[in-house]
Amino acid sequence: MRVSVQEKPFDLGAESTIFAAGHRDIGAIVTFTGIVRDLPDDPMEAMEIEHYPSMTQKAIEAMAQDAIARFSLGDALIIHRHGRLVPGEMIMMVATAARHRKDAFEAATFLMDYLKSRAPFWKREISASGASWVAATDEDEAALKRW
Amino acid sequence: MDILYFAWVRERIGLPREVIETDAATVNDLVAQLRTREERYAAAFEDISALRVALDQELSDFDAPLAGVREVAFFPPMTGG
Repeated sequence: MRVSVQEKPFDLGAESTIFAAGHRDIGAIVTFTGIVRDLPDDPMEAMEIEHYPSMTQKAIEAMAQDAIARFSLGDALIIHRHGRLVPGEMIMMVATAARHRKDAFEAATFLMDYLKSRAPFWKREISASGASWVAATDEDEAALKRW
Repeated sequence: MDILYFAWVRERIGLPREVIETDAATVNDLVAQLRTREERYAAAFEDISALRVALDQELSDFDAPLAGVREVAFFPPMTGG
């Protein structure tokens, strides 16, 4: 398991290749990548992601350990960036490795649902019309209930 | 006790962290104490249903006891991912 909370960009291809290498008992790897999406009617200059440094790493590690136990994963990788990003940049990635694809897909969804609402990050969108904090949605909170 | 603020809570209060002398028994008691300080605190803590709290870097509840806690963080619902 590896969790990296970082400001700098990551190399999706290199990370995926390293993650996929060297397993003989893994039949499925799922990767998810989150990208900064522009606003439809109000072009975004940047997204600023604030976090709680002393909590972030351990909160995500706890989620990853939970996912590994729950879905019998062989491995899990989570990279999440903070700081100032522009539309099109990769914010984060999750990779899960399991014997079978169902567990790998479900574990990736589980981790994304938890990262969305339980990892201490706060996004702020900055555009020509000003800056605004991204609000959490009831939908995101409800997504946790299925687990 | 170290008190940390993030996102719009930090902006409303105007600082990211401070040290507070308190004998509050619970998070709710601490919030009540903070609200009486200044208008900016009253504004930030107006609706605690819009806030989350972490005690020593673990998510917690507003009725949780503060005995032995060293760091309290207040912030809006998280928006990771």
